[in-house]
Amino acid sequence: MLRQDINRIDPKRRNVVDYRKKQFAEPTYKETEYPHRLNFYETPPTADITLEQFEQWAIDRLRVLAELEACSFRNYSPAETAAHMKPLLEKYLPLDSNSSSSTKLSAERQKDHYSHFILRLAFASTEDLRRRFSRVETTLFRLRLAEDTARERNAFIQSLNLDWEPVAEDERNKYFAELSATSGSRKGEEETAWYKVDWERVPDLVEARRVFLRAGKAYVPSKELPSMVTAEFTKRLDRALELTARALPRLDEDDRLTPILDHLSKNFVTPDAGYFSSAVAGAEITARNIDNLSSHFPLCMQHLHRSLRRDAHLKHYGRLQYSLFLKGIGLNLEESLIFWRTSFHKITDDTFNKEYRYQVRYAYGDVGGDSNRRGGGSSPFSCQKILMEHPPGPGEAHGCPYRHFNLENLTSLLQQVGVSDRSVLQGVKEDKENQKFHMACNRVFEYVHKNELKKAKDEGIMTAAELETIVHPNKYFERSYLLKNLGKSNNGDDVKMEGF
Amino acid sequence: MPHSISPETDNQNMDTVEETMADAPAKNDESQEGDNDITMEETNTLPGVVKEEEKMDVKLEEILAAADSDDEFPSSAPEPVRMNAADPEVMRTFYQRFFPWRYLFQWLNHSPTPTNDFGHREFAFTLQGDIYSRYNSFPSADLLRKDVLRLLPSRFEIGPVYTTNPRDRKTLRNSSAFKPLSKELCFDIDLTDYDDIRTCCDKANICNRCWQFITMAIKVVDVALREDFGFKHIMWVYSGRRGAHAWVCDKKARTMDDQKRRSIAGYLEVIRGGAQSGKKVNVWRPLHPHLSRSLNILAPHFQEDVLEAQDPWASSERAEHLLSLLPDKALNESLRKKWDSSPGRASTSKWADIDSLARSGGGSKNLDTKALLDAKQDIVLEYTYPRLDIEVSKKLNHLLKSPFVVHPGTGRVCVPIDTRKLEDFDPLGVPTVQGLLEEIDSWKGDDEDGSEDKAKNLQDWEKTSLRPYVEYFRSFVLALMKDERDPKIKREREEGQAMEF
Ligand SMILES: [Zn+2]
Repeated sequence: MLRQDINRIDPKRRNVVDYRKKQFAEPTYKETEYPHRLNFYETPPTADITLEQFEQWAIDRLRVLAELEACSFRNYSPAETAAHMKPLLEKYLPLDSNSSSSTKLSAERQKDHYSHFILRLAFASTEDLRRRFSRVETTLFRLRLAEDTARERNAFIQSLNLDWEPVAEDERNKYFAELSATSGSRKGEEETAWYKVDWERVPDLVEARRVFLRAGKAYVPSKELPSMVTAEFTKRLDRALELTARALPRLDEDDRLTPILDHLSKNFVTPDAGYFSSAVAGAEITARNIDNLSSHFPLCMQHLHRSLRRDAHLKHYGRLQYSLFLKGIGLNLEESLIFWRTSFHKITDDTFNKEYRYQVRYAYGDVGGDSNRRGGGSSPFSCQKILMEHPPGPGEAHGCPYRHFNLENLTSLLQQVGVSDRSVLQGVKEDKENQKFHMACNRVFEYVHKNELKKAKDEGIMTAAELETIVHPNKYFERSYLLKNLGKSNNGDDVKMEGF
Repeated sequence: MPHSISPETDNQNMDTVEETMADAPAKNDESQEGDNDITMEETNTLPGVVKEEEKMDVKLEEILAAADSDDEFPSSAPEPVRMNAADPEVMRTFYQRFFPWRYLFQWLNHSPTPTNDFGHREFAFTLQGDIYSRYNSFPSADLLRKDVLRLLPSRFEIGPVYTTNPRDRKTLRNSSAFKPLSKELCFDIDLTDYDDIRTCCDKANICNRCWQFITMAIKVVDVALREDFGFKHIMWVYSGRRGAHAWVCDKKARTMDDQKRRSIAGYLEVIRGGAQSGKKVNVWRPLHPHLSRSLNILAPHFQEDVLEAQDPWASSERAEHLLSLLPDKALNESLRKKWDSSPGRASTSKWADIDSLARSGGGSKNLDTKALLDAKQDIVLEYTYPRLDIEVSKKLNHLLKSPFVVHPGTGRVCVPIDTRKLEDFDPLGVPTVQGLLEEIDSWKGDDEDGSEDKAKNLQDWEKTSLRPYVEYFRSFVLALMKDERDPKIKREREEGQAMEF
């Protein structure tokens, strides 16, 4: 049964992608072989797997992707990312080389292959998800390509049959000076192999003047091959995601898979910052309790809350940022409608229903198109989104105070919420000047929770991983709430990935 | 920016007619050297003053002729006020009699019969009262001409070809279906970006000395586009006052997305940073082949057109800037001493001093000659390498002023520049709309064989100094159309063969 479920992707993809070959293709479901460690994911899987495997593999890959995305947000260098990801990859998505003595090569590669396709299906629905999925999958591919041995990497690249023309010797001699000027190699290591491709295939190398150009062809030194292969990987994945997205509405609803896929995509929306869990155990998340809870909110949300209380109103992006955050901490739709209705106390029911009700319902996926409902509405904004998109204009209260306030107003807001320690304010000032806004936010968090953090560390309640830099407002709330209730709740285990 | 309009991405609130700030024509376009650059206001209102001040001016005769010939105008001719290039009646005559509509159409249409390449192309008009009207489109050259004659825009711009007719963009149910599809790859070089290195003029003013910056810029960019990227159909157009535009018309260039445009722009961009940024050239060694080729092209210009013509380091303040770009402190000290002791030392000598003092031990003991050479190369680049207004090049949906429109401030026609005779191009000598009106009025048809029949068949532009420019444009367009047509013919032939079987 399940085999057919997965094959739902398969015939359709073949329809679109390989229509020319269709008549020759044999519909066999033989075991896929994996001669190489790396995979361009051109062929959808065909073998049977269990429902359990289906879910578990997808979740494991999702953990890896979420963490990769967090690395990119923390601005980790490729080396830092690789070091950070190593234990996670070994645990959740190991992929050994041919030269290793591992006996599980085939199983590892199958899991990698299947989990990629399951997530592709789960994340094809919206442009935003597709873009992010493509970006982290590319990062993962690049990381793996870099750690391949030269020999296996070359064998893999050869197997791709990319139409890159090796530069013949006479041409290499003719352009000797030009080629050596663009090889970028240090003295001693002579670049020997070059490939000729249309310059449009390597726009980044062209833009950075890292290739020699002649008559529209770029002469790419072989050491740039990984970046070309990676660019090709992204290009093909993007195209495949588009095709999957178009095929999605035609996929039959499957009672067992749909909830899993929905759940996966919902959880990819937030893991931006490694943020998975929504509800916090033991917290009473109701409309009337928001005032109490707001002391656990990060500064951006506290500011929105205070503005809402002061004006009995928030403008569009403020409502969006705040209502999604509240949804993220576990405020359900019903309570959310109550919260917004009572908060906007200067307007009539009629106005509220006409102008605001829809947006709240939309945020929860209660209305809107198929893809909005499928995705459970919009997802809470990550710090990255708040920092980068829609900077607040006059009269707007959304955004990140550490970024969008001037220093004077930021300091005054911090003092209003009880942060007046001079060294903390000085640190925030420096963070702001260095544009390390999340550092400022974490600095304030550490100050506000310094006693609880010490206790948590001393008693080993929270692991180092659980105390990493916060890069999501909901994570801020979650950690704050848990720390402040250390004695009341049993321990930190409740926080872990309960979503699954 | 006078001839680049930021792309309008949000078309929800766009009305057909929108007001924007049109650039005010600069009031004083007169250069300091008396190099025959006279504004039209002056020819109209102050001919006497001009006559006295512009001694030996080649334009003097024209001014006198213009004044004298007023009486000879046929009675149907407009009043002398028409001499103002911003006058709608002047523009009417220009669009009616001189503008090469047919070739403009073929240029944008890529075929003699109307296609969507022309029909879905956006035209933006600058109308009287600084009204800016976007998203106009026309099925044919004739309808474009008619509308231009009705509205008499002071100038118009050309935007991209869209997926659908730009006029219908609001009636589309799905607004995302309205997208720009293709547009020529464009470049914009403007002398105002050279104000920190040109000493002869500033702001809107130009002369033939500083025009050399444009000449060298065209050489460097043109050769890169041809040799490196393989483009063939590149047209350079005088912007009417102080710069030039490039239109790269190859099909491959027209269909590039923004990412590709950005990478070409980045490939060509070398001078980065504004007035306060210090060192503007930061390039890797060994130099990329594009940069070593550019240096070879630019080195003679640096000597003649910069060091000799501009004398850029005459003042000690400017000489300090030169020193700030050199790496060896001890050498700088020796240079400073030498230059302080001989005020007014020419830039050419100062440039030569660097090497001679370095050779005679004026630098530190272990003077890094490689670093000094690199720094000198960087300086040559800073003072000669094209300064591109890169935003124009990066976006598919950027608008750019059409060739052959009239610059409202100078009255000059934005004519194409024949790169085979690039050095001969004189921006101050290009036809002006006022000049053209005089030429056509005084045309007797007797210049060649004097045959009446032939004269009757001549277009008005053929009777004027606009002729070589239109002819250049025509041959450019024909070559472009030929390349667009050929693949089609080939395909049809193949299909025809298949039919026979
Ligand atoms: Zn000048």
